[in-house]
Amino acid sequence: MKNNWLKKLLATVATVALAGSFLVGCDSAGGSTDNTSGVKYRTLDEIKASGKINIGVFSDKSPFGYVDENGKYAGYDVYFAEKIGEDLGVEINYVSTEAANRIEYLQTGKVDIILANFTVTPERAEEVDFALPYMNVALGVVSPSDAVITSLDEIGADDEVIVISGTTAETYLTKNYPNIKLQKYDAYAQAKTAFENRNGVAWANDNTEVIAFAIENEGYTVGIPSLGDQDTIAPAVTKGNETLLKWLNDEIVAIGADNFFHADYEATLLDTYGSDYEDELVVESGIVK
Amino acid sequence: MQSLGIDVLFKGTNMLRLLQGLWVSVAISLISVAFSIVLGFIVGVLMTSENKIIKAILRVYLEIVRIMPQMVLLFIVYFGTTRVFGWNLSAEVSAIIVFIFWGTAEMGDLVRGSLKSIPVIQYESAKALGLNNFQVYFHIIVPQTIRRLIPLSINLITRMVKTTSLVMMIGIVEVLKVAQQIIEANRKASPNAAFGVFLVVFILYFLICWPVSRLAKILEKRWA
Repeated sequence: MKNNWLKKLLATVATVALAGSFLVGCDSAGGSTDNTSGVKYRTLDEIKASGKINIGVFSDKSPFGYVDENGKYAGYDVYFAEKIGEDLGVEINYVSTEAANRIEYLQTGKVDIILANFTVTPERAEEVDFALPYMNVALGVVSPSDAVITSLDEIGADDEVIVISGTTAETYLTKNYPNIKLQKYDAYAQAKTAFENRNGVAWANDNTEVIAFAIENEGYTVGIPSLGDQDTIAPAVTKGNETLLKWLNDEIVAIGADNFFHADYEATLLDTYGSDYEDELVVESGIVK
Repeated sequence: MQSLGIDVLFKGTNMLRLLQGLWVSVAISLISVAFSIVLGFIVGVLMTSENKIIKAILRVYLEIVRIMPQMVLLFIVYFGTTRVFGWNLSAEVSAIIVFIFWGTAEMGDLVRGSLKSIPVIQYESAKALGLNNFQVYFHIIVPQTIRRLIPLSINLITRMVKTTSLVMMIGIVEVLKVAQQIIEANRKASPNAAFGVFLVVFILYFLICWPVSRLAKILEKRWA
């Protein structure tokens, strides 16, 4: 019997060690092979030659990236993506991404550009290369109108705040308010459903998101419309993909001259936010006012 | 029906997309289950082996599958292999690999358990009747093993079908993801769509899993 126990213990230790080394292996490889291996990203010429660009967008985040009733991608991010495809002269292959796997997609070169409402942060800028911004964003907190939370101090010790994994809201709250209990969801739709079912007292997310949510759903109020720093949203490419990054920056500056993103806003966001937020949200030619 | 929000499914091609999503889930699980059953039998028989090295390797394999969440396995196979080896596996292939890897281990363990649960006296009596090794297994042991295996493996199969909802994390648009897309795209027009759409998804999963479990019941009765 004793021998048997020992075996089990050994097997478990070996397993954990093996699993651990596998994970660590993945991690360290990610940091070091960026510039040695050619598979990591496709240059501008390679994309043009292949005739197809892979763009990662959200597929369940209306009105930024979603799929309409005919199965076609639409939204503010997608409107821009369509323009990129048109000006590059290539077909677009949309990849449905989640907040938590956006960086992973770029680092493995499985998409060429992420256009999924990607907020620029210093931490992310170490992992991927951001192009010029095309939108402003801050954090916001929405709560039911009968129990509005106007300050994070109002959140009790047992109350939980809903966030989506991998978003700036999660990082910000974890870093600055470690005492607030977070309820984390992987997909936007799950978080929304959970919030509507009152699984948490409030929902922290990009302010565009929570403003839209409160406008569309009765009985909810944005108690904290602007939290933390003003951030921007920008397209991202794999770290080191200079050619594509340069092309994107030139493109954003060029189309900004024609107020492209205002047209984008009017085509996709006007219904949700009204015209009040237009100049506040839109960034043209990458110039943040 | 308005209040349930099921009407959003009749807009455009929504219902068709939902069924396409369901087919993606079913296809991934069908392929994985088929391979898992065959490979699981082999692994299960090997698990009963007296060879210490084989036993240790399989033990480690089973523990890895048990410890690792399927989501981690999906990330390792889909993103990890690209980072480390530069392989560019498609999301579907990665998902099937992970599900077979998982299914084989669990199926193997079930086969091992079922084999072990056959009393030694069954082997001895069969031998005493003059049956050779092959006959002992073919006529005595395997039929009893399979009978014990059915309820256990049905449990595993339905669990695999349901776990396919994780593959949305590697970009595969399956039934649950389509449901979320539909709910989101219509969140202004029908804010209550979540209930109706998820209800339909529940019924779809039920329609897939229920026949499997009925079939198992019938087989169990017939072979009892």
